[in-house]
Amino acid sequence: MTDSKEDLLAGDAARPSNRPDEAFLQVRDLKVHFPTDDGIVKSVDGLTFSLDRGKTLGIVGESGSGKSVTSLSIMGLHKQGTANISGQILLDGQDLVTSTPEQVRELRGKRMAMIFQDPLTAMHPYYTIGAQIVEAYRVHHKVSKAVAKKHAVEMLDRVGIPQPDKRVDDYPHQFSGGMRQRAMIAMALSCDPELLIADEPTTALDVTVQAQILDLIVDLQKDFNSAVIIITHDLGVVAELADDIMVMYAGRSVEYGNSHEIFTAPQHPYTWGLLGSMPRLDRERSERLLPIKGTPPSLINVPEGCPFNPRCAFAGLNGDLSTTERPEFREVSPGHHIACHLSGEQRQHLWDTEIKPKL
Amino acid sequence: MFAYIIRRLIGAVILLFVVSMVTFAIFFLVPRIAGATVEDMASRYVGKTADEAAIHSMAERLGFTDPLYEQYGRFVAGIFAGADYDTGAEVVHCPAPCFGYSFITRNPVWPDLVDRMGVTISLALGAAVIWLAFGVGTGVVSALRRGTFFDRASMGIALAGVSLPIFFTGLLSLTIFSYGLGWTAPGGSYTDFAEDPLQWAGALILPWITLAFLNAAGYARLTRATMLETMNEDFIRTARAKGLNERTVVVKHGLRSVLTPILTIFGLDLGILLGGAVLTESTYSLPGLGKYAVDAIVSNDLPKVLGVTLVGATFIIIANLVVDLLYAVVDPRVRYS
Repeated sequence: MTDSKEDLLAGDAARPSNRPDEAFLQVRDLKVHFPTDDGIVKSVDGLTFSLDRGKTLGIVGESGSGKSVTSLSIMGLHKQGTANISGQILLDGQDLVTSTPEQVRELRGKRMAMIFQDPLTAMHPYYTIGAQIVEAYRVHHKVSKAVAKKHAVEMLDRVGIPQPDKRVDDYPHQFSGGMRQRAMIAMALSCDPELLIADEPTTALDVTVQAQILDLIVDLQKDFNSAVIIITHDLGVVAELADDIMVMYAGRSVEYGNSHEIFTAPQHPYTWGLLGSMPRLDRERSERLLPIKGTPPSLINVPEGCPFNPRCAFAGLNGDLSTTERPEFREVSPGHHIACHLSGEQRQHLWDTEIKPKL
Repeated sequence: MFAYIIRRLIGAVILLFVVSMVTFAIFFLVPRIAGATVEDMASRYVGKTADEAAIHSMAERLGFTDPLYEQYGRFVAGIFAGADYDTGAEVVHCPAPCFGYSFITRNPVWPDLVDRMGVTISLALGAAVIWLAFGVGTGVVSALRRGTFFDRASMGIALAGVSLPIFFTGLLSLTIFSYGLGWTAPGGSYTDFAEDPLQWAGALILPWITLAFLNAAGYARLTRATMLETMNEDFIRTARAKGLNERTVVVKHGLRSVLTPILTIFGLDLGILLGGAVLTESTYSLPGLGKYAVDAIVSNDLPKVLGVTLVGATFIIIANLVVDLLYAVVDPRVRYS
């Protein structure tokens, strides 16, 4: 595997913000490794990105690409002793990796909050919605239960739950899926967090409800001016929402750029694959979707060279470079980074002749 | 909810009737089907040298010569209205609830049952407190420290606990603590709580611990398994994501969910024990319902057997009903209508 110095250099180049030291959230060369009996699972292996207040970052990738592991690392929610975390996670200048669990706990819920995939299992079935929001609020605010409950009603109202003063005493199972996710969002936002991580917030929801929830997140972000990370495997979700998009593969970022560029001028073959496997209503219907062949690699034995090479249709274009050397994560146009051995001309040619016509 | 309780209570009464009929049939009908005459059945309750006339008059006095439904009717009527019994020398009135007279000692059964219920309840409740505290506590700590020395050791002990029978651990504890070290009262001693609470506890401490050891082991294993599962639930992650401290996460969010399965087996265990902790009472010679049942069966004293069976069945049925109702309290998703 590559040594960490190289990763650091790659990381420096990858910093997408012009004001790296001022970004609210900065992740630098994050590595999350899980030692198991079969070997070390390198779930996240040298990830660098940053995010400003009021901005939205979409993290996209297949299952096992390290999206959720990254978010759980930021939140400090990995089980004690199971994960080896190295690198830096700076939240407003404070390094969460070196902070004590108690320090991170105090930030959790207050300065950074998380929305989970399935609101039914993510809420405690035995406590009312109100009680759960009150609990989240009172961990960080020394107020009476009555005041906290009033706040909970306001939050439920804010996320668009009708009759919030009545629904506040309902249990999660008495809510519909969409309402539950709204309540979950109300709970996450109850302490006015500056960073909101939404881990596949719409995956478990009815398609008709998904758009409402996404709209709600956008609305609330404007009001609260929080930094938002949306994790998803659904490019459609981030298309509307995200300012920037990071495409992850095998625990690393393979492409990073602003949302518009990722959709109109993607540079990495993996991103091409993701776009090709996404059904689109705004284009003429093609014969069939173009799935990415193969399966995500084992995170214990990540392929040598470019981790995507076994699945990449263009891996042979540069001799054996793809199988021997790991591509550097470099800036190809302002703010747009990729990790690929293909030259700019090659990519442009492939995109124009082979990829774009098929999308 | 109210209608549900009423329905369950009616069901409970019907169930008790069925239990009484089946028990009655086992002891009064089955021997007849197997070919025993009324004299054969009565011969157990007269002296060895009794002649046929004496046996026959005993059979008549015990009512064996009447049709079976009449005998059963008399038994049920006695429970609700009381009955008059001819003890040979005189006719005695037995007030309701009358479970009849012992065929052997001529003592009415009900006062005996009431007497012994106190012992059994003392034993069962005391042991229950101990096994709940230790079983659930050990299970939780084991789950949270999975794979540590504490976990392995306590689960090893728990395995021993469920495997070792009471008549082994009981006798061992008596040998060591009572007869060897002299720390606790010898077997067979029992003092009423109202008389002297200290002596009451002193006499019961060994039976409590022995009985609790057996049950705590099962509860520890169940709690550990459920807790391990619960701590991996999404809502535990949510609780942590809120910034709650670990203690609140474990107790308020984790342990709360473990309550349901524990409640289920606790209700059943307690119900069964209240009907008589047969092995514990026998081992320690405690005059409770379990020992009473064993003695009654050994001496073939049918009214006693009937009485203790019905009391035991009542306890189990009530315990089940209470558990079902408590589900709705513990889990808001449960609604009865």
